[in-house]
This record gives sequence, structure tokens and C-alpha cells, in this order.
Amino acid sequence: MSITMDNLKTKLGPADLKEGMTATKVKRFIGDYGIIILFVVILVFLAAAAPNFLTLNNIVNVVRQSSIIGLIALGMTFIMITAGIDLSVGSVVGLAGMTFALLAPASGGAFWLPLIAGLGVGLLVGFLSAAMVVWGAILPFLATLATMAIARTAALVITDGQVVSGLSGPAEWLGSGFIGPIPVPVIIFLVAAIICEFVLSRTKFGSHVYAVGGNEESAKKVGISTSRVLFTVYLIGGVTAALGGLVLTARLDGAAPVAGTGYELQVIAAVVIGGTSLFGGVGTIRGTVIGVLLLGVVMNGMNLMGVSSYFQQGVQGVILVLAVLLNRWKSD
Amino acid sequence: MTDAPPATAPLVALKDIHKTFGAVSALRGVSIDVMPGETFALLGDNAAGKSTLMKVLTGVYQPDRGSIELDGKRTEFPTPSASRDQGVEMVYQDFALADNLDVRTNIFLGREPQKNILGPLLRIIDRKKMESETKRVLERLDIPINPRLKVKRLSGGQRQAVAIGRALAFDARLIIMDEPTANLSVAKVDKLIEVTQRLKDLGIAVIIITHRLDEAFAVADRFAVMRQGQVVGRFRVGEVSEAQVAHLISHGTLDDYVDTGSGIPEERRRIGSTSSMETVDALAARGTTNGSDS
Repeated sequence: MSITMDNLKTKLGPADLKEGMTATKVKRFIGDYGIIILFVVILVFLAAAAPNFLTLNNIVNVVRQSSIIGLIALGMTFIMITAGIDLSVGSVVGLAGMTFALLAPASGGAFWLPLIAGLGVGLLVGFLSAAMVVWGAILPFLATLATMAIARTAALVITDGQVVSGLSGPAEWLGSGFIGPIPVPVIIFLVAAIICEFVLSRTKFGSHVYAVGGNEESAKKVGISTSRVLFTVYLIGGVTAALGGLVLTARLDGAAPVAGTGYELQVIAAVVIGGTSLFGGVGTIRGTVIGVLLLGVVMNGMNLMGVSSYFQQGVQGVILVLAVLLNRWKSD
Repeated sequence: MTDAPPATAPLVALKDIHKTFGAVSALRGVSIDVMPGETFALLGDNAAGKSTLMKVLTGVYQPDRGSIELDGKRTEFPTPSASRDQGVEMVYQDFALADNLDVRTNIFLGREPQKNILGPLLRIIDRKKMESETKRVLERLDIPINPRLKVKRLSGGQRQAVAIGRALAFDARLIIMDEPTANLSVAKVDKLIEVTQRLKDLGIAVIIITHRLDEAFAVADRFAVMRQGQVVGRFRVGEVSEAQVAHLISHGTLDDYVDTGSGIPEERRRIGSTSSMETVDALAARGTTNGSDS
């Protein structure tokens, strides 16, 4: 006997069906809001358990520490929604930061010149990745694995592996300055996040990013220039990673050629925790911001509670798996 | 030809279209015309040139020779958007939808209405307009679907409605449907008849590209048979039998057609001499009885 929807209904009766519907609704709710609930639970727990967690100072600190990974994650969200990935972001952090550090003392009063140069390096690496993905039809994973190696090599070669330190005053302000009570890196992150949220959710380009990730062939057929969309997302990814590198360099008052190593994995984890699918077509900037803050808060909480740093990566891993499972229950 | 009265003038006429790809002649002097509100089927095997011809009409390919006339005036479609701007819309075989997006976004994909905020430099998608327009076109098709539903939640027929709605939203005058039932369940031919009838009522011409005779006979007013880059026959539905058309598709001529001719499936041969609508019914009836017997 096969079970069809109809004889299933008669077997179960209306009460069971209602229960089934409720179960689906609960699942959807958990899928849609699970990460936010988890975030709130963690916040409440840390507020109770960790000394000094709920102080203004600490909260500002958490957001400031998260702002670099956060900046990089913004661009990564665009890329991942197109079903792509960018492994080069950690190397871009290193190379852009190094470019910035090398030019910052030399440029004298022209504060903007090293900034532009650093961002330009990010654009260049993004362009290289996009060219391989779009023109070379190379899988994004492999194309950006290549640019990851190339950008890291460039950072190592230009300083022969040496660390560069000592930035000029205004460059330092980028990392340690405040506007009112808010640190400059936090402001940069928040402004960038608001712009990205706006672009992705409200503009034609944003809509096309989702279309390319959902069905690239269909997007082409309706006349969307998928090449232009893909180029743009990798350029955005390059710029946000470079911006992360500039802030990091400014914050440390110097640049190491190996800076940013491994950032790509943290960033991808944060974006996935925020609800973006590796298969493309799904994701939001607000989700990514929550993913970034959630990871930041957990790290900070473990530090405050004196948990050994050996555990920290493992905890990140557990949260990542949990997030992936929750995403399966999403209503869409 | 003298000046014809407007009602009988073709909406679109393709005249003596030639197209070669390297050594291959894909189109060798093809002419067809479609009247306003008419449903026209383009029949033929794979590689007969149907798709190439439609790509000329939708601006994907440029013909080597020949001309396109719209409302009796010579025109050119140098790009797909030029063709769309003049009211020629394509409904793809796979419907060209993005599953992850909702109905309204799919309808306007690539041609989103925008509104200014803080001046013309900063423009956002006008979702309100997208939603109301989506409702309007789906109502015109008499297939109401919630504009905010993700396309992945829709049935095959609803997906087709969205794809056709996309054409309607941009005031299509001619809709080309590529193998419209290829992605629908078997029972959906009826629905297609309904939809094409509705498009006819709206005064929209339809070209259906198909290799399914039953489909063409069920929905079309006229049809042309293509073979090896040429039109080998042009008929009104009812003038010929399905068996004759099947013969024409595979042989390119009716001269050697015998009513019990080989190369035609046994089923088709037996009912080949009946009229076209009966043929479809007979096929459908046979399908159902066979289904329950076995």
C-alpha cells in the first residue's frame, strides 16, 4: 500500500494534522529566528556569568574587535550570494595593510593617498579573481585560492618578509580614534554595513546578485549581464577586505606581511552563521552582521570567563554546525 | 501585394531570412508571417531551424539576408532588448525563472521599475509597483498567484504563468513560446489551450515552437513546417492531418505521402484521417484507457 496525501489525511485525522502544521510552524520559526534567539541567550548568559561583560566599555570593545572581520564579511556576503567564494580576503588584508603602512609615513600630509592605494590593491586582487572566474571560467574556489597565494606572495616580497611599523598620526586615528564615544573602526563598519544592506536589498544590482546566485542561466536569458554582476561582487569583496586590512594596520600601528592569515575561514563561518547559503541565492547583510557579532561576543565572553584559548576555535566550529542545521528549517 | 486593410495585415513578417554558421546553412530563405492575435505553430525536427529563426526574431542572431517587418514597416532587431522594446517577448522552455526569488521579482527580473530617492542618482526598486503590476498581469491570465510567493513553491503550470506574465507585464504584442509543454505534466495541454485562448482574447499573437503535433493542432490557428532550414509547408489547422504533417516533418514533402505510410507511429496512422481536434481527443482518450488497463 502506498501512502498518498489523501489517505494520510484520513488516517491521521484533523487533530494530528493540526499538530503537524504546528510542528512545521515551530520548525520554521526556529529556522528563521534561531540564530537571533541563540544570540540573545548567549548575551543573557554572559551578562549573568561573565564579570564586566555588560559594561559600555566591553560592548564597544567587542564591536571594535568584530569590525575588521565584519568589514570583510560584508563583501563576502555579496560573493557568496552569487554562489561564489573568495579565499583571497585574508591575503588582501595583508597586502592592502602593507601597502598602506609603506606609504603612510612617506605621504606626509596626504592622508588619503595611502588609503586610496590600499583600497586600489584590494580592487586589483578582486579584479584578478573576477577575471579568472568570469573570463577564465575557473571555479571561484580555485581562482581565489590562486589570488590568495599571489597576494600573500606580493605582501611578503615587497618587504622581504619584514614587518613595517610606525604610521603617521592621522593613519593611526583610523584604528584608535573615536568620534564621540564610538571608535572609528566601528563607525566604518556600521556605515559600510548600512550601505551594503541598502545596495543588496533595495537596488536593481542587489536583485541581480540574488538572481545570478539563484539561476545564472535564467538571469542571462532575461538580459542581466551576469559577467558585470560577478565582476562587481568580487570588486566589492576586494575593497571590503582591503578596508579591513587598513583598519587592522591602523589599529596595530604597523603591518606584517602575514597579517590576515586564516581570516577567510572566520569570515566564511560568520557569513554562513548569518544565514547565507554556500550554494548561492540566499543571504542578507543583516544576517551577516549578526553572525559576525555572535562570533565576536562568544570570543569575548570566553576571554572574560578565562576559558583557555585552545577551546575557542572548537566553540566556533560548534556554532557553525548549529547554524547550518538551523538554516535547513528556514521558511524559504 | 496591394495595401491590405489593417485588420488583415500581419503583425510580424519575416521575409526570406538566410543565416549560415560557418559551412552550415541554418536558414535558407525562410518567410513566415503572423497576424495580430493569431496563434501560429512552428513545427519541425531538431535542427530544422525553428530555434535559429526565433533567435533572429528576438534579436539574438542577425540574419545574413532577409528582412523583418513589424506592422508592415521594415525594422531591425540588433539586440534582444531592441526586439523586446518593440513588443516581441520570449517564453523559454525552462521559463527562465530564479527559484530563490518571489513571483514579482521574477516577473520584472532585468527590467525592474525604479524610483528616485534623494534625486536621480540614488534609485531603488519600486516593489509596490512590481507587486500591483504582477497582480494585474496574472489576473489578466486568470491565474492568480500571490506575488510574494517564492517561485520554488509554484507548480509547473504556475511557473509557466509567471513566465507568460513576464511578457504581458511589458505589453507584449507577440509572445514566442519555446516547447511550452516540455516542462509541464502531461495533463497540462488543456491549460495551455486556455492560456493561448486568453492571449488571443487580449489580442496578443503567439508563436509556439514545438515538435509535438498534438500540441500544435490543439492550440494553433495556422502552422508552418520547417525542415533543413526551409519552410516545407504552411497550413491552417484542419487542412491536413497529423499523419500528413508527421510525414512532412520527416520527408520534407507530401508528394510521396501514402495514407498508411511508414515512419508514422502506429497510433497516429490509425487516427490520421480524422480531423485535427478529434485526433487530439482520440489520443487523449487512448492515453487514459491504456493507462487504466495496464
